[in-house]
Amino acid sequence: MSLTAALKTGDLTRLPGRRDEDWRWTDLRGLLRVLPPPSPAVDAVAANAVLDALGAPTLVYANGRPLEDGEVAIPPTGKGVFVRRFVAATAETSHHAEAPASVDAGGTLVLVDGFEGQADGYVSDTATPIRVGPGATLERLVLLDDAAEAVSVNLSEVELAPGATFRQTVLATGARRQRFETRVRHQGGGASLQLDGVYVLGDRRHSDQTTVVDHVTVDGSTSQLTKGVVTGRSRGVFQGRIVVAHGADRTDARMGHHALMLSEQAEVDAKPELEIYADDVQCAHGNTVGAIDEDALFYIRSRGVPEAEARALLIEAFLGEVTDRITYEPARDLARAWLVERLGALA
Amino acid sequence: MLSIDNLHVAVGGTEILKGLSLEIPAGEVHAVMGPNGAGKSTLSYALAGRSGYEPTQGSATLDGEDLLAMSPDERAAHGVFLSFQYPIEIPGVPAMTFIRTALNAQRKARGEPEVSAPDFLKLARQEAAKLRIEPEMLRRPLNVGFSGGEKKRMEILQLAVLQPRLLILDETDSGLDIDALRIVADDINSLRSPDRAMLVITHYQRLLDYVKPDVVHVLVGGRIVDSGGPELAERLEESGYDRYLEAA
Repeated sequence: MSLTAALKTGDLTRLPGRRDEDWRWTDLRGLLRVLPPPSPAVDAVAANAVLDALGAPTLVYANGRPLEDGEVAIPPTGKGVFVRRFVAATAETSHHAEAPASVDAGGTLVLVDGFEGQADGYVSDTATPIRVGPGATLERLVLLDDAAEAVSVNLSEVELAPGATFRQTVLATGARRQRFETRVRHQGGGASLQLDGVYVLGDRRHSDQTTVVDHVTVDGSTSQLTKGVVTGRSRGVFQGRIVVAHGADRTDARMGHHALMLSEQAEVDAKPELEIYADDVQCAHGNTVGAIDEDALFYIRSRGVPEAEARALLIEAFLGEVTDRITYEPARDLARAWLVERLGALA
Repeated sequence: MLSIDNLHVAVGGTEILKGLSLEIPAGEVHAVMGPNGAGKSTLSYALAGRSGYEPTQGSATLDGEDLLAMSPDERAAHGVFLSFQYPIEIPGVPAMTFIRTALNAQRKARGEPEVSAPDFLKLARQEAAKLRIEPEMLRRPLNVGFSGGEKKRMEILQLAVLQPRLLILDETDSGLDIDALRIVADDINSLRSPDRAMLVITHYQRLLDYVKPDVVHVLVGGRIVDSGGPELAERLEESGYDRYLEAA
């Protein structure tokens, strides 16, 4: 069951829905009564000032197709910063895109992936497989700026070679249905993984961050932190599964998901899962959903800060803990500015 | 400066303050002492404007301005500062950022220009040095992982930077050992000034050994039942509140 299969065959019954355990909070089958027609080819899209400011080589996918064919490619020996923009440019149409990335042994790459809805009501399905070679490092920042009535699904399958490092931070504002799924396999020993996410949701938006991490060999580490705020009638979904296979000894895996509910009608669904078949491991997970701390709010106001500003300060600090973990400074600054702007739009 | 007249305050529908009256002229330190449940914390929260502490009758004014009509942040901008019994931890917000945000919010509310980042840094470092607070503490998230003494000193630092006219100290001695208490008391005494009023709310006389009040009030059953000089605090330490409780 996948959106990819449904788009390929035109068969709506292949859409994942409520009855599929991994999709029960992100029902596509119940939502899509018809599949929109295929997106047309376009030869230009609006610029993105925020991503352009990074001054990095940029590859643009418009309606699922690369705009500048062959002109820009991610250097596989990797060093430096690379931007990919996945732009949905035509309303009420659908498309599928494939965009692999890899870093060879010893390489270092920063990848900034922006998903932009420049129209509304589209159905976008992307696969972005990633391979991180031995001793290589890839840091990825994903900005999900989908349109309100869009359906946007991404699958990132990541393979980690021995001693590889992969850090990912996904920032999401949701859509009619938005799903960002990351599956990471610790293929080689001693790999290091940081898998983070933030969601900032208002109105009737929905965002689903799903992760599956497989530790199949020894000495791997996984650190996950996802935080979100929901208001209006929005819905945030976090599903995190870490599987430590028999023999994957000395695995260190930590998962945290924390959400703030800013309205009574908003919803957060969380399913953290640890499956551990090895003996010598350190694993922990924490999951909290709550309201803004009224004591903290009063304390800040009693020092002279107006209520709206005090709330913003608390929320920004809450989510900032995630973006502070980004190591590449321009990406960290970009992420922080992105958050502040999206929080401002929420208020 | 502070004038409270026949103040009634209800919490969750139950009346806690039942006609409290109090005058604190500028330059004076007044202590309010009382047993548990007398309404001490209710008084401090009501003056600072915490929601859920609803005035139902009476008035509280600061230099003639109606405090009860203002939001907590407006009261702060008018010069009210409540030092919390248990200062709140604010993860993710460095102490420095927090105090600067507060100072500039107050200045903005008063129509004054904001203090620039370098000017603020200078001011905060200077005041921190006076209070023997390590600069490193200013970079840490406010009160997170601070000891009881450090939290109280961070309150004093905020005081020193924000320069309020009315200072309300709610059980400032709780959580402090005798050495920390002495240091905090010295800091409070250094903030005494002819144009500032202080309201010290406390259960025990301990703090008043170091911060000498001009007037001591006894709060029992939501009302001031007795007032006198510093000797009243000593008498209470010896005989307790029983006498007042029986009368009430």
